[in-house]
Amino acid sequence: MKKQIGTPLDRRNLLSRGLVLAGGSALGGLDVAQANAASDGEKAAADPKSHRMNGNIGMGTIGDVGTDINGFDATEMLTDWDTGVVTQDDDGRTVRTYTIEAIDKDIEIAPGVIFPAWTFNGRVPGPAIRATEGDRLRIIFRNLGSHPHSMHFHGIHSATMDGIPGTPGMIDPGEEFIYEFDAKPFGCHLYHCHALPLTRHMHKGMYGAFIVDPDPAKHPEFTDVARSRLLGSAENKNWQELVMVMNAFDTNFDGENEFYAVNTIANHFLNHPIRVEKSRPIRIYLINVTEFDPINSFHLHANFYDYYDHGTTLTPTLRNVDTIMQCQAQRGILEMSFADHETGKYMFHAHQAEFAELGWMSLLDVVEDET
Amino acid sequence: MSTSDQQHQTQRSVSWLIVYITTPLLLLLLAGAWLITSDPLALFDSDVPPVENLTIERVFLDDGGINIKVRAGGDEAMTIAQIQVDSAYWTFTQTPVGPLTRVSSAWLNIPYPWIQGEAHMIRLVTNTGATFDHQIEIAIAAPKNQTGSLGIQALVGGFVGILPVAIGLMFYPLMRSMQREGMRFFLALTIGMLAFLLIDTTEAALEFGRAAAPAFQGIALVLLIAAMTCLGLIAIGRRQGTPSGLALATYVALGIGLHNFGEGLAIGTALAAGSAGLGAFLVIGFTVHNLTEGIAIAAPLVLKKPPLLIFAGLALLAGTPAIPGIWLGSYALEPQWAALALAIATGAILQVLFEVGAYTLRGDKDGQITLDRYAIGGLFFGIVFMYLTAMVIKI
Repeated sequence: MKKQIGTPLDRRNLLSRGLVLAGGSALGGLDVAQANAASDGEKAAADPKSHRMNGNIGMGTIGDVGTDINGFDATEMLTDWDTGVVTQDDDGRTVRTYTIEAIDKDIEIAPGVIFPAWTFNGRVPGPAIRATEGDRLRIIFRNLGSHPHSMHFHGIHSATMDGIPGTPGMIDPGEEFIYEFDAKPFGCHLYHCHALPLTRHMHKGMYGAFIVDPDPAKHPEFTDVARSRLLGSAENKNWQELVMVMNAFDTNFDGENEFYAVNTIANHFLNHPIRVEKSRPIRIYLINVTEFDPINSFHLHANFYDYYDHGTTLTPTLRNVDTIMQCQAQRGILEMSFADHETGKYMFHAHQAEFAELGWMSLLDVVEDET
Repeated sequence: MSTSDQQHQTQRSVSWLIVYITTPLLLLLLAGAWLITSDPLALFDSDVPPVENLTIERVFLDDGGINIKVRAGGDEAMTIAQIQVDSAYWTFTQTPVGPLTRVSSAWLNIPYPWIQGEAHMIRLVTNTGATFDHQIEIAIAAPKNQTGSLGIQALVGGFVGILPVAIGLMFYPLMRSMQREGMRFFLALTIGMLAFLLIDTTEAALEFGRAAAPAFQGIALVLLIAAMTCLGLIAIGRRQGTPSGLALATYVALGIGLHNFGEGLAIGTALAAGSAGLGAFLVIGFTVHNLTEGIAIAAPLVLKKPPLLIFAGLALLAGTPAIPGIWLGSYALEPQWAALALAIATGAILQVLFEVGAYTLRGDKDGQITLDRYAIGGLFFGIVFMYLTAMVIKI
């Protein structure tokens, strides 16, 4: 329970600085905190643009990013899988064909802040490509942008399909290339443009999730686990799966990020908590593409989770943790349950406090089951 | 020539005058219209973001958080989208709301729980993602009269401005008892002291000028206002011949008063920025530093014998401006206004330097310029005394 307690004042310390002359209020900072706490409620009510949390004393970005400029919504992105156009080849194998276009586009990365991005299909992060282990993948890539671009997949493929400079997959504006390879290994992966300078092409927004579900038939010892990860299976339907790409934007191009987020929009999931049903397990495909900072992290409040680094195993690589860190391009799968928790809002954020306060702060809204 | 002819000629010359004025203006109008309608400059428009410039003019802290006055200087209206304080986004209110057109200004209030005595970094992020930073070196609350700090500041102003002038004026009887050599010493001392003040004030004016928004052209503003003030005051002062006696003393007091306003600004700004703990030692330093100001005012009066009330008036004229200077400074006066005030002070000091110089030279009846050891000694003493005492007070 919260109750009011007295606060000691260290007047001696303040006076010793010789600040009497300037010193309006010797109470300085304390007054401010109290004044803010008092006025916070009024201001939040008066200002419809304000999206403050209870007790948040005015911290956070102001306003909200709609879909008017971006044409995409960070919440919808959480569950928006691109499974491609599915056909069968002569051997009866599943062939998935994806169409991805590189497009220059100005996007709103925080309320009122426009970033001149380079995108895959007009969104940052690009489409979350999803396939099953062993599928044949054909990615038709068209460069409609203003610079050479490519798609470099973190997976297993031939050298010609690697999308690095000097390979046919690096295409100029107006060109098209079709990447073709098998979906392997299963796991939580990513793709990104590998044109040079790499830093600029990465941080301008050219990245996306590349999820390969395990084929249960290939993993007889873990059939159930594999089935639960296979999109569309009965076991998988019970899971609440979310894809989160940890990214950041250096809006003044000084080599340091001004905004941090999951799925691009700073503070989006603070203003729009992610609704999850209490009894169904949660699986987060987490990918770090943050440029300029060596690592990013994911900290969950009031709960612990299992972690599968790279998602390439069917048993956790870390059990019962509430914080993991990832370097750039590192990724993994987080599995958690709130079945034994109260309903309510549970925070998750980077536990570099700086990243959190610059936009990478989010909420899970755990609600009673709706079905 | 008949009257009607003259009228006719006058009318004709008036209509020619109109033609002379309108023709060049018409050409300007046409050129402008062509540039806007046919838009040949579109060639340069290569989809680059607008040039943005933001000047942070005032910052003060109070119970409501951090208050910042900004002035825009972009080629298009600019929008402050978000604000970071110490690498965290914070909500804020802007008054007036909306985009900032060129040269317009607005107040920003950030309800941030700032910490007394610590540093805070503010970063304004515009809608293009450009950033403008301001460092609060040491957070200190702006003065509020309720706590009587305005009164205490006035006291400091009195110590820094009025007291030293009054003490300096008390050398008047001594100066009157001097021989010609002694007077030459004191007048030369005055010139040396004014030369120091001129450099000091110019430096401060240019510093504020550089901090002002680019549209105000701070350096040009300072130099031109100083020149105009100097020439204007010389013209006013010489309506009835070259100033001497009380008139000259009054101009000296005015010039020094404006300088003391600037000194007050510097003290107030330093207090507001937390870059000075104003201890007793520093205040005494200012008092000693400004002692010669009273001597400078008294010097032209040696041949007169003005009533005591005149001395009091001169002391107030020269000393009092330090008080509003401190008040305004502690609320962080906009740099362009501070630059303007100090430019006027520079001009006024230049004028008295000129007039006291002329007066000193006139002092020799035989028309000889006497640069003897008394004059040189006085000049050097004035400069060196000011320089050495300034070492104590430079903050």
